[in-house]
Amino acid sequence: MNIDNLLFGLMPYLFIVTAVVGTIYRYVANRYSWSSQSSQFLENKSLFYGSFPWHYGIILILLGHIIGIITPGSILSWNSVPLRLYILEISGLALGILAFIGLLVLVYRRLTDSRVKAVTSSWDVLLLIVLLIQVATGIANATMYRWGSNWYAASAVPWIWSILTLNPRVDYIATLPLITKAHIFNALIFIGLIPFTRLVHFLAFIGPIKYLFRPWQVVRWYNRDTQTENIVQYK
Amino acid sequence: MVMDIRAQLSMSFNLDKCIGCHTCSISCKNIWTTRQGAEYMWWNNVETKPGAGYPLTWEDQERYRGGWEVADGNLRLKLIKGNKLRTLASIFFQPNLPTIDDYYEPFTYDYQNLFNAPAGDDQPVARPKSLITGDFMEKIALGPNWDDDFGGSPLYGSNDPNLKGLSESQKEMLTKFHKLFYFYVPRICNHCLNPACVAACPSGAIYKRGEDGIVLIDQDTCRAWRFCVSACPYKKPYYNWATGKSEKCIFCYPRTETGQPNACAHACVGRIRTVGVLMYDAERIQEIAKLPDEKLVDGMRDIVLDPNDPAVVEAAKKAGIDENWIAAAQNSPAYNFFKKWRISFPHHPEFRTLPMNTYIPPLSPILHQVKADRGGLFDPEADDFFNEIDKMRIPVKFLANLLSAGNEKVVMESLKKQMAVRIYWRQKRVGDIGEKAVKTALSSSGLTPQDCEDIYRINSLATYKERFVIPETHRESKSTVDPRTMYEKRGTIGFGTKKKELIGRQW
Repeated sequence: MNIDNLLFGLMPYLFIVTAVVGTIYRYVANRYSWSSQSSQFLENKSLFYGSFPWHYGIILILLGHIIGIITPGSILSWNSVPLRLYILEISGLALGILAFIGLLVLVYRRLTDSRVKAVTSSWDVLLLIVLLIQVATGIANATMYRWGSNWYAASAVPWIWSILTLNPRVDYIATLPLITKAHIFNALIFIGLIPFTRLVHFLAFIGPIKYLFRPWQVVRWYNRDTQTENIVQYK
Repeated sequence: MVMDIRAQLSMSFNLDKCIGCHTCSISCKNIWTTRQGAEYMWWNNVETKPGAGYPLTWEDQERYRGGWEVADGNLRLKLIKGNKLRTLASIFFQPNLPTIDDYYEPFTYDYQNLFNAPAGDDQPVARPKSLITGDFMEKIALGPNWDDDFGGSPLYGSNDPNLKGLSESQKEMLTKFHKLFYFYVPRICNHCLNPACVAACPSGAIYKRGEDGIVLIDQDTCRAWRFCVSACPYKKPYYNWATGKSEKCIFCYPRTETGQPNACAHACVGRIRTVGVLMYDAERIQEIAKLPDEKLVDGMRDIVLDPNDPAVVEAAKKAGIDENWIAAAQNSPAYNFFKKWRISFPHHPEFRTLPMNTYIPPLSPILHQVKADRGGLFDPEADDFFNEIDKMRIPVKFLANLLSAGNEKVVMESLKKQMAVRIYWRQKRVGDIGEKAVKTALSSSGLTPQDCEDIYRINSLATYKERFVIPETHRESKSTVDPRTMYEKRGTIGFGTKKKELIGRQW
């Protein structure tokens, strides 16, 4: 069996199933552990320089990737004008570097602050290594192999769709450079890690979005019938 | 008139009687917060005033930006200036979040060294050890009640934000020995009508219970965004750094639901605390919270409804409030102190969260001020003995900053009433003041002889059942709590139930 078939044909399912089943299991069985595990309370001086660039950089990059998956055509047509391609590539690279710098600050903070070290689990360390590899290979891709946004939409996205439609076509990405393959496989590890680490906190984004539309105050009545009726909100 | 009547449990504190013994804090601590990550939390704490408080200078909302403000006729959270998008923008780093250093680093001592130290020339010592990192600490720089009893000192008391607006001569109390004063303020969560912590929670984890008004954090829904800690002006939600969940005073609801008083109130040796039911009109919360500072106390008395008014009782029944709750509201010490006698006040109403615990301002040190001004001895024969409240040792302005958003008039009213009760009882017991003085005191303060009897009784003789009028909750009729989980959780405290992760830490 070809190593590519193993890594990019079989393993994706292993990681995705782990992520889905594991996340649901954790939500049902151990919801108490569902937390961002913020350490700002213990150290809030260097956190600003790490957390802000990291989160804003990586969220926008991730959104870019997701838009690419959903509508690869939109990326390709945007890139059809060279100026627009340059804008997309440069802003993507800038955001990647921003996230990388933030991540380095966060890693440094975890290694040096004794209080933060005290709340760092082995999972956190593993997660930081995976994230470092992910962002580093991403930046390497963007700088070493030009116009990644174009060939991402043309090669990786069809592969992702082939995985999602249960018809894995490893040939889409078989010829990609080693560093790109590392980026893709590391992303799969990242997905597999979701249920085991504090990464679950990014799945909690629904709450904050609901917050935008809810009234200020929340009142619950313990003697009213169902869960939905139970939560009554007033202005 | 549209009314939305709800019931609220409310605690009243008689500051005149608080001796600062911290028994309340200890009983609370022993029940709820002796866990990893919660060592630094004091859901109930006692502060010396003037003093910096816990966390340090928590009353300074220029620094912490807790509570609400009125802008363009609308209420908005001071923290995020009302725009919820700004909340989400600072979710990754909150500029106004206090850190552990604003409370204190929890510590223990290396007691084993006292037993295990090898033989040597010196006595072995137990060095302090951090409960977060486990490392030895150079020295303990801060602790709970670090400035205990140092109130009135220029080193500690001068950091009190309530000294704002006091004249230089009033501030002499910090430096002149014969003008020194201090008193204690015990604090728990205020279980506000317009809680800022609830309004700031992006997860919707914090809620107010409709039946008894207790504000709780749903531990399974909390995602550690920490906005409750920043937004609460009283700094009563605490972040558990170990479990990654916020926790707060739960008003001992497992006790109050069965009619028992809260652990802090039950343990109080000075019997300064009473607990009762208030009924209020939820329709008017916004309107009252927007009132100008000087009208806030009166507005809050307005939103509390008279439980003896037949129309209110009728509406309460219609709103589904149980009979025993209505009966409790009619005997409520909280109602009597706050609305009937108008002698107790919410803590810092200017934060506009409509806090539901009230404080009776302390009276005692007035006499000593009179004594000092006379150049020495206190003269009980002086006929102005009871009437010099504005010359009292604690500046009224200081009490007003603490309890009535700066409104000195309402604080004076309370002090005069408390003094009238003393005049009434002195005449009754000793008889040296004269009926005329009693009549003047009663008519100028607006109390009846019956009021004087009742105030005296609740403050000095009242039994357990008079001090704690807590109706039982009818859990048996309907409950959303699965009895099986109640069985599972029996014997635990319901916090920190995080299961062990596959690898790594165990909390």
